Amino acid sequence: MKNEMELQFDAISNNESLARLSVAAFIAHTNPTLEEMADIKTAVSEAVTNSIIHGYGNIQGYTRHGEVRPSISEIQEGKVRLYCKLLDGDLLVEVEDWGKGIENIEKAMEPLYTTRPELERSGMGFAFMEAFMDDLSVESTPGIGTVVHMKKKLNCGAWIGKED
Amino acid sequence: MEDYVVIDHCLMVKLPAEIDHHKACYISEKADDLLLSEEVDAICFDFENTEFMDSSGIGIIMGRYRKLSCFGGKVYLIHAGKQIRKMLEMSGIEKVVEIR
Repeated sequence: MKNEMELQFDAISNNESLARLSVAAFIAHTNPTLEEMADIKTAVSEAVTNSIIHGYGNIQGYTRHGEVRPSISEIQEGKVRLYCKLLDGDLLVEVEDWGKGIENIEKAMEPLYTTRPELERSGMGFAFMEAFMDDLSVESTPGIGTVVHMKKKLNCGAWIGKED
Repeated sequence: MEDYVVIDHCLMVKLPAEIDHHKACYISEKADDLLLSEEVDAICFDFENTEFMDSSGIGIIMGRYRKLSCFGGKVYLIHAGKQIRKMLEMSGIEKVVEIR
C-alpha cells in the first residue's frame, strides 16, 4: 500500500496544531495504537515548531483577535512544507523550511541544548523526535534551509499488506 | 480552556487539552503574572484534561521551577498520563519536581 500527502503552510505558531492533526488524520485509517499516535503527533509538533521559531524566528503567532503581541514584534514571511508517505506500514515524514538553517547539526541535536533559552525552550525537541520515531535524519545548509526526515514503523504493516 | 486558581499561596493551573508552543506562551505569561501578584510559593500543574504535550510543556515547567526555586518554592505535577510521564522522565525534570 502507498499513500502520500503534502501540505504547505505559513510559518506561524497557529499552524502547529494543523500540522500534527493532519498527520494524525492521514494515518488514522491504519488503526495505529494510541501510543503510536501520540508519539507521531509529538515528533511532528517538535519538527514544525523548530522550523517556525528557529528557522524563521516567529516566536509569536496571531492571537484569537488576529493581532500579534507584543505589538512591536513582526511575523516573518515563510512557509513550512510537511510531506508524509505511508508505504507498507512505514510512515515517512518530512518537515522542510527555507529559513536560516542550522550551523552545527550535531550540537543542535544534543539534549537540553538550545539557542533560545530566553524563550524557555527546553532543548528537548530533537531528543523527543529521536525517541518517539524509529529513524531521524537532518539535512541543513545555513542560509538555505532545513529538512528533517523521520520514519516510524506502524505495527499494522502486515495487516495492510494483506489482500482483501 | 486552562484555568488558574490561587488557594493558600499555591497556584493551581489546570492545563488545556493540547499544550504546544503556541499555547505555552499564554500559560507561562498568565502563571508569571499570578506568581508576582499573589505571593505564590508553590505551583501545581494539573494534566487531567491534557491529551497532547510536546517539549514546550517541559519548557513551561522548567521556567516556573527556575523562578520558584530561587526562594524555595515547589512545583507539583498531578494527573500526568503515560505519554507525559515518558517526556518528564526523558527531560530529567522529574528529579526536581514532585509528580503525584
